[in-house]
Amino acid sequence: MIKFTKKNNHRVSIIPGFNLSLGITIFYISFIILIPLISIAVVTNGITWQKFTSVILDSRVIASYRISFICALTAAAVNCFFGTILAWVLVRYEFPGKDLIDGLIELPFAIPTAVAGISLAALYSPTGLIGQFLAPIGIKIAYSPIGISMALIFVTIPFVVRTVEPVLKNIDPVFEEAAYTLGAGKFTIFRRIILPELIPALLLGGGLAFARAVGEYGSVIFIAGNMPFKSEIVPLLIMIKLQQFNYTEATSIAIVMLLFSFLIMFAINSLQIYQQRLIRGGR
Amino acid sequence: MSKIFSVRYLLIGISIIFIFIMLILPLYVIINEAFHNGFSPYFNVISDKFTLHALSLTLLATGTAVLCNTIFGLFAAWALTRFQYRHSKLLTTLIDIPFTISPVIAGLIFSLTFGRIGWTQPILNFFHIKIVFAVTGIILVTIFVTLPFIARTIMPVLHSRGTQEEEAAALMGASGLTIFRRITFPHIKWALLYGIILCTARAMGEFGAVSVISGHLRGKTDTLPLLIEILYNDFKMTDAFAVSTILVVLAIILLVLKNIVEYKWHQVKE
Amino acid sequence: MNKKFILFAIFIIISSVLAGCKSDEQSASSNNQLINVSYDPTRELYAAYNAAFIKHWQEKTGQAVTITQSHGGSGAQARSVIEGNDADVVTLALEYDITAIEKTGLIKKGWLSSFPHDSSPYTSTIVFLVRKGNPKNIKDWNDLIRPDISIITPNPKTSGGARWNYLAAWAYANNAYQGNEEQMKKYMKKLFNNVLVLDSGARGATTTFVENGQGDVLLAWENEAYLSLKEHPDEFQIVSPSISILAQPSVAVVDKIADEHGTRELAEEYLNYLYSPEAQKIAADNFYRPTDENILKQYADTFDLNIKLATINDPLFGGWDKVQETHFKDGGIFDQIYQKK
Repeated sequence: MIKFTKKNNHRVSIIPGFNLSLGITIFYISFIILIPLISIAVVTNGITWQKFTSVILDSRVIASYRISFICALTAAAVNCFFGTILAWVLVRYEFPGKDLIDGLIELPFAIPTAVAGISLAALYSPTGLIGQFLAPIGIKIAYSPIGISMALIFVTIPFVVRTVEPVLKNIDPVFEEAAYTLGAGKFTIFRRIILPELIPALLLGGGLAFARAVGEYGSVIFIAGNMPFKSEIVPLLIMIKLQQFNYTEATSIAIVMLLFSFLIMFAINSLQIYQQRLIRGGR
Repeated sequence: MSKIFSVRYLLIGISIIFIFIMLILPLYVIINEAFHNGFSPYFNVISDKFTLHALSLTLLATGTAVLCNTIFGLFAAWALTRFQYRHSKLLTTLIDIPFTISPVIAGLIFSLTFGRIGWTQPILNFFHIKIVFAVTGIILVTIFVTLPFIARTIMPVLHSRGTQEEEAAALMGASGLTIFRRITFPHIKWALLYGIILCTARAMGEFGAVSVISGHLRGKTDTLPLLIEILYNDFKMTDAFAVSTILVVLAIILLVLKNIVEYKWHQVKE
Repeated sequence: MNKKFILFAIFIIISSVLAGCKSDEQSASSNNQLINVSYDPTRELYAAYNAAFIKHWQEKTGQAVTITQSHGGSGAQARSVIEGNDADVVTLALEYDITAIEKTGLIKKGWLSSFPHDSSPYTSTIVFLVRKGNPKNIKDWNDLIRPDISIITPNPKTSGGARWNYLAAWAYANNAYQGNEEQMKKYMKKLFNNVLVLDSGARGATTTFVENGQGDVLLAWENEAYLSLKEHPDEFQIVSPSISILAQPSVAVVDKIADEHGTRELAEEYLNYLYSPEAQKIAADNFYRPTDENILKQYADTFDLNIKLATINDPLFGGWDKVQETHFKDGGIFDQIYQKK
């Protein structure tokens, strides 16, 4: 049985509100998350282990895991890079049009994913606004795995920007100025002073983007091409199973995805707490 | 000095190009398509009574979800960053579950829990409660899908601040609420604002999960994203994109609200 | 203050639950309301039909009735009814989807013969949509396996309607190869090797073909092909193949729910009236083939009546259950096409 007791080897926190806040947190999580989650167990209860493994290890399913994970990873990495730059630019610089950029960041969330998928496919198809310039030089974006990554990048843009931004705002420029007057280069300042502060947020934002990207369905199917073994993503396979009213097999694949994403988030959270301890220990 | 300037312009340049390719061009496609048939058909579509109903339902679901998740987010962030105890990592990861579940599966598990073939059905039937394929279900999945946003945007800030200041205040005898209001809140207010904005945007645009449990009853359980899909599938591409622009406008309103809040906070500071 | 917060949160949750319940009771208690769960893209068809039916019911009984429509993918719609969507009637793309509801006990066995023509008041068929002037000179199914042709079709596994595409091709192959199954499979394999994009739904495939200019030919339902023509009048044309399949969208009363709501009479009349001359004309105006022979003849210049149409109950197919078992289930003939070489 899990007990949420405070660790004895640490000094007991004197900050109030432990029981209240933890109580609310656990109640809310149980009601909104855990109760529905039990259903997955209930539904897959009827399946034998053998059937389960044959469903989740089918060669076509494995091909789609690979496509989904690689594309999601690419999208998360791209967004970590550009997201940090964007957050930096938004926090530190003033320039005309900044408010516009700032306001557009949330757009990918507000626009239904299907609309995003249709628009992106229109842009990047070989006859599209951008695609027409890429097609002659042999770059095919829509209806290929690159298209999947494009859609996933679009859908997950806000995550990294918006998790990094508040942290950047909280970093006191005094430290940087001090380092600068001591002769540190721009890059050194970024690497030694700013990046360590950003890493937890960056990891979190990247992790969330990845997890979201793996499960994304609506935008991807319009741009992916959906060819088996080439551009077929895992959520599409789940839909195929559902279309045939095959709940158990659909949830079996869903469980694999869920476990995988869960492990990634768990690793990120552990890493964060570990890193936080490192910083604390240093002080 | 010139070197610093060049870095600055480089970064701004990269940002603008990235935003232009990834956001402005798709937006252009949407608006272009929405006005494909001119202004008057556009206004006919967005003032249709089913469109307006879908808009009000979207606002209701979004509002409720944001309110619930803000309250939860503050408590959860407090519980998970101000204290050290076993299993806090597990609890944090549990909060992340809605991110890690494919929206379609999220909708499906609600349907399998509260629906006709769900295991809670005998209880719900007894009390004559209908959750899925009704407004309640739409609100519930919206809450589910957007649950982590606020908690998770506040937490990194609280982590990076450490607990010293709050501990000092507590030692001096400040009450929980005072500590929160005077010490914690000023640090997390930006994160909270961003969290609320992300949460609102995501709640407005959520399609996959809501689609599974809505039942698509026109004028009853259709949200804007669902309406867009129905129009699209009915070979009404222009109408679908016209309705999409409502969501774009909502996102812009959100931005304006955010700027007002930021401006007010700056004023208070000065 | 904290306690107030919590109370407030709980209040919000409870009140939203209650708000949901209240609206449901309204719909459950009134027997002048009908929920029709239908598929894509029948929105305009039923918008027109509902208006006609409301008038008809008013004249017949003097009662006003409100009809709530629901549209979505056929399979997903069937699932929503199974999982709790309170449909009085379902009007779906596939008999198979309604049978899935029947298996949960919501619809009584034998629903297929409750209404004329296997409970399908209107039908459609599969045609080719090609670019204006037919530049690749596509005339029939055997042209589709030429190496220079690329095809757009939805995935039969995710789109219920697209199963008809597959079956129409199978019917052609059966004719062309006199039932030699090896050669038929080879033909299907060649056909699907020419598929450029396998969209998940009919509308997605149309967008890929029409808006994004992919592929040389789109396999589509006749009514959907006409809708595309309507939107882009001068860019495309319809080619009727020598043989196709009679796509029969099915309708049924959801017995258990209609009885609970007390709407059985209304629901039955709603579906019966679909066969009336007026409703048949509405169907034809929306490019569905009416089952009423006389009205179909009136629309002879819209529909190509010379296509030879196979039906799902031909010995070749033997009904949906068998088709599902041999072709579409996991590891069935369709999956074998996409086996890794």
